This record gives sequence, structure tokens and C-alpha cells, in this order.
Amino acid sequence: MGIVIRGGKILEGSSQKEIKKDIFIQEGIIKSIAENIALPKNVQVIEAENLIVIPGLVDMHCHLRDPGDPEEETIASGTMSAAKGGFTSIACMANTTPPIDSPAAVRYVVSKAKQEGIVNVFPIAAATLGLKGTHLVEMERMIEEGAVAFSDDGNPISDPRILRLLLEYARPFGVKIISHPEVLAMSKNGQMNEGVLSTMLGLEGISSQAEELMVERDILLAAKFGAIHITHVSTAQSVIMIREAKSKGIPVTCDTCPHYFSLSEKNVDGFNTFAKVNPPLRTEEDVKEIIKGLKDGTIDAIATDHAPHREEKKKVEFGLAAKGMVGFETALPLALTFLSKEIPLAKIIKMMTINPAKILGIPKGELKEGAAADLAIIDPNAKHKIDIKQFASKSKNSPFDGMEVQGEIVYTIVEGKVVVKEGRLVPLK
Amino acid sequence: MNKVKGLKTKDLLGLRYLSAEDINLILDTTQSMKEVMTRPVRKVPALLGKNIVTLFYEPSTRTRTSFDVAAKNLSANTTNIGLAQSSVKKGETLIDTAKNLEVMGYDGVIIRHKMSGAPHLLAENIKGAVINAGDGCNEHPTQGLLDMFTMKEKKGDLAGKKVVIVGDIAHSRVARSNIWGLNKLGAKVVVVGPPTLIPIGITEMGCEVSYNLEKAISDADFINVLRIQLERQEEGLFPSVEEYHKLYGITVDRLKKCKPDVVVMHPGPINRGVEISSEVADGPYNVILEQVTNGVAVRMAVLFLLLSGKKPMLMKKGL
Repeated sequence: MGIVIRGGKILEGSSQKEIKKDIFIQEGIIKSIAENIALPKNVQVIEAENLIVIPGLVDMHCHLRDPGDPEEETIASGTMSAAKGGFTSIACMANTTPPIDSPAAVRYVVSKAKQEGIVNVFPIAAATLGLKGTHLVEMERMIEEGAVAFSDDGNPISDPRILRLLLEYARPFGVKIISHPEVLAMSKNGQMNEGVLSTMLGLEGISSQAEELMVERDILLAAKFGAIHITHVSTAQSVIMIREAKSKGIPVTCDTCPHYFSLSEKNVDGFNTFAKVNPPLRTEEDVKEIIKGLKDGTIDAIATDHAPHREEKKKVEFGLAAKGMVGFETALPLALTFLSKEIPLAKIIKMMTINPAKILGIPKGELKEGAAADLAIIDPNAKHKIDIKQFASKSKNSPFDGMEVQGEIVYTIVEGKVVVKEGRLVPLK
Repeated sequence: MNKVKGLKTKDLLGLRYLSAEDINLILDTTQSMKEVMTRPVRKVPALLGKNIVTLFYEPSTRTRTSFDVAAKNLSANTTNIGLAQSSVKKGETLIDTAKNLEVMGYDGVIIRHKMSGAPHLLAENIKGAVINAGDGCNEHPTQGLLDMFTMKEKKGDLAGKKVVIVGDIAHSRVARSNIWGLNKLGAKVVVVGPPTLIPIGITEMGCEVSYNLEKAISDADFINVLRIQLERQEEGLFPSVEEYHKLYGITVDRLKKCKPDVVVMHPGPINRGVEISSEVADGPYNVILEQVTNGVAVRMAVLFLLLSGKKPMLMKKGL
């Protein structure tokens, strides 16, 4: 049975504006996008009056904890959480237990996702064996199994020679190396951003230079040896350096996460472990530059860095607490709430769809005839309060609980299948 | 001892969270407690039947003993739990430990922990009063209070007085509690030490920074000398103890150029010949042992203000 989405405004292809059009979906494919589609027989009609139809969101950075800790997240629960957030394609990082550093491990993630995932899952494989930063993985064989990019995320690739080799080796395959920019000798035992507040709270600080030194190194190596993508950019100076690098034509792309434009280090006060994340929440000046970077295109993509942690890893002393927060179900509302004043909707959506899809080289993130019917229907203005109890993720570690935001995901459709309806997961058959 | 007014807060987590009024209430109460300590029988029944536990995740003799004596002077029952005897080594979380103590009927928990914010976590999770006896590099509020009490004893009102804190400001909870508290009472605070031991943004807390010890102490009313931990040298934060002493050590020669009534304080334990010379530690300028006595009185005041008048922790029926 086909689906016709009727009466909504749509964000089609590379258009800058929403236009009122209908969409006809059949056999998992977008058959046509046109005004006033005549209803074929035997179709399900979704009335999207006053709503916006967008390409399904694409997350280029998340953690699904499989293999590893099924109490924190599984591919089933993680993809349900993603679907509720309007994501139809997600790329998961390799720092699982054990890490995804072999062709067999990539195959495991792909087959597990096929079995239990309700959105498309694209594994990002480890860049080095055991995420140790010393030996390159078998890239070709892992690409064959479905790896879309390579990253030791969670760890930096500290040895610059190894990063150089990775950038060079990856070139024939056209895949990206994704850098987690952190100089460990600088961040050391740091617990939060270094500044007035870390001084007041007596917590070891992580200076912004711990990130920026690595960003600068990555740019220098990319200029000479091959394209790099820098993930979770958090500081003003990182944005400024990447802007300059791009203006010189250096092949560097980057992403940031919703928490780096919606929160600041102030959220840590009171030893709030939910606001403990790596890189740490920075200052309000950093937040301003991150938003500027999103606006002027320096920052290509918004990624969630969805990092589920079980309760007992957060309900401990700040110094012992795990770093990271869940992000699928808050990403779009946060982007709409904190960026809408500065950035048009179409552009925000691009940073969460086609831009990350292009960086990963996956055929996703666009509404066009003939493409897989991956889309979301949103109400960009609906206001609601974030409630962690409603999350589909198995973990509830979010500093956004109770925050008033705008933007609701009404429908999520993956390959023609409705997985979220009226904001709720459709029960599996 | 006829004060009925208590503190507005359930816990004492840090001087950052106290008002000047609260601090003065504690310091005034300390005066009464000090009077109790001079009686032939140093015991009052103010906290009779109350159960207090000291939960120390970090070694300490002075602070722990001081709290223990303070509680006993007020007739409370005390239990001391140290890291070695606790369940931490068995993997129990702080919250679980606290919940267990709570259902045994403890009215107050005095905690020392190597991690900043541990007392806050405890306070959010138990009904009884939590008293911070030092958390990481964050605060050591009773030390700050006893320092201020001692200063007031020596020179009266602290408004306009100059206090110079010398040493490893970055890793000092004593420095932070002093800065918060002294600011609230109107004193002027200057911190001195090698730049590698002075944390970014400290002036925002309400103090000046100086790297010139002699200039900073020349017109000081009080010099609060911090202990230099030798592991900081191993971490490379300063090159040697000898150079540290030469630059920042408090010596009689340096004190001779200060105001004649300058008072030298130290939270202990002291490293003779490092941050303070023996001559100063044993000489007329310092009040280090008086601070220790005042520490008991301050802790009596804090325990009294937080716990008296409150109903004892009742055991739930059926437990």
C-alpha cells in the first residue's frame, strides 16, 4: 500500500524554501512530488496541513553501545530513539566493547541493525586497531562490509604520523577520517571547561587549547595529505581556524552538537553530572561563535554525539561520572529553538540531512523522486517541555529535562514505512 | 547558649552558599562554644541522643578529631568511618553508603572526600544534615570559618582588613572557603603564589593576584599560609621546594618588613622549611595552635546550629 502525504509544505532537493506539495510513496520509494496529487486507490493518506515535510534526519555521530552494554542501549532502542527524533539514518561510532575494528565486527553491526533496527544504521569503523592509534585497520574490507567512515572517536589519533598515513590511505576509497580533536596531555584529568567556574568549583579544567591544538594539527595535515572531518567542535577558536582553512581550500569539514550551541559551562554549576561531556560545555562566547559558524557554513553539520549512560554512571561524584549525554530525541527541537532566530529553517535542516550525508558519502538526506522514502513530518513551531521519562532510549542522561523547546516530530517514515506516528513509535508487528 | 535561631540551610556545603548574616551567626555562636570549652566540665547536652558520623574518604587527623571532639562536647554520639573500613573498596557508591547510614538513624554526616562536589551529591540524597569537611579542591567551610573566627579574635571586625593567602591556590579548598567567606565579611583578599598554582579566573571570586610576596604582605593584617603538597612538584607545577621556599616561604626576615602586628596562620599540617620556616611556625607571629582550638569551637557551633532543635532522625516503622 502506498502513502500520500497531503497538504504539507516540503523541503525538496536543494530548495531554500518550503513549498506546498504532496508526496506519493510506493514500495519504499518517493514516486512523485507534485502539487495536488490525485489520490490513487488503496493508499494511506497522511494529512500534513500546517506541517513541514523534511528529509529524514541524518546523524553522523552517535553511540549505540552494541556490542557492549545492552542495558545502556541496543540497536533496537537506539534506533527507536533516533526515529522519535526524526532521524532515518544514523552513523554509529566504533568505540564499543569490543570496538568495531575488523570486517567481522562491521558485519555484526550491519546484520544486527538489519534484524532489530528501525532506521538505517551506517557503521563508522575504528581508524586504528583497538582504537589504540598505532595500526591502520583494513579499510577496503571494512568498506565492503558497510563501513562509511573511519574514526577512533572517544580517543584522538594522537600520533600525527598515524593520522597522516590514515588520510593518505583513505584517499583512493573516498572515505572520511573523522577526528576527535583532543590533546590528552592537555586535557589530562580535566572534568569541565577550564575557566572561572572550574576555578570556583575546584574542578580540574580542560582548556580550550586541548581541542584547538589538535584542530590546528588536523588542518595542517589535511592541507597536505587528504580530507578530514573534525567532529564535535566546541570552541570559538576551533571555528575560526576551520573557517580560515576552508577559505584556503583545505579539505576540512566539521560538525558540532546541539549542546554546544544550547548550553554553556554554567550548566555544570551545582556539580550537575548530566552536563558533563567531552569536549566540555564551553563559555557563552564559544556558543556565539559556534552559532556564527553554523550560520556562515563553517560548520557543515549538526551531529548528536548521542551517548547513552546508565543511571549509576551519572549518579556519582562529578569526578567519577561518565561523560556524554543522549541526544537523538532533543536534537531537532534544540536546533529549532536555539538557531531559528539566526538561521532559516531550510538551512538548519540541511545541516542535519544532506550535509552530513554528503560528508559520509551516503545517498540520503534529500527529498527527491526516485529516492528512498526516508522522511519526517514536523511541526516546527509546536512548543513542548522535554521529558526524559518519554525517551525511547534506554538511557535518560540528558541535561535538557524540563526545558521548554519548540519543534515536534509528528511522523518519521523509513523506506516508506511509518515508524513514528503522531509523535509515538508505531508498535512493531 | 540561648540562641534558638538556626541556620537556614539543611547542610553546610560551602561558604559560597552562606550569607554574611549566616556567617556572623556561626561566628557569634562559636564564641559561646569557646566559653563552654573553658569550663571544668566541657560538655553540654545540646545534642544529646543525636547520632553523627564522620565519613572520611581521605586521610585526616586534625579535622576528623576536631569534629569528633566537637560532637562529643555537645553530647552527641559519634561514629567514625574511614576509607579503609568502608564499603568503597567493595564497589559501593557514595549514595548507597549514605542511604545505609540514613536508615541506621544518623542525624548528621560529616564528609571528607577527594572529589569536589561529593558532599553536594550526598546532601541531595539524604534527609540528614551534611557537613563538608573538605571536598577535593572545592571548599573546606569549617576551616574558612575557624580562620575568620581567629582573625576576628585577633583584630575585631574584618571589614577593610587585608588577608594575603600564599601558596597552592589552585588545589586549595582552604583558599576557596577563605575567599568566599572573607569577601562576605568585607575583607580584602590577595592571593600569592607561582602562576602555575594560581587558577584562571580566580579574581572573579573576589580577590587580587600578586606574584610578589614581599610587596603583597607589606601592609597585610593576616597571612594565611597554605601547605605545599610535594606531589605538585612531581607534576611539574613548580621546579623545586628550594626555589619555592626562596620565592614564597614565610620567614622572619620577610615578616620584619610587615606591619608589626601581622598575624600568620596555617591550616596545618605544616611543612617546616618549605612554605613556612620553623622560626615563624614556633615564633610569636603565628596563631596556628589557637586555630586548632578554635576549630573545635567552630565545629561545635556548626553542629549545634544545624542539628539542635531538629527532631532526631526517626526510624521508619517496619524497617
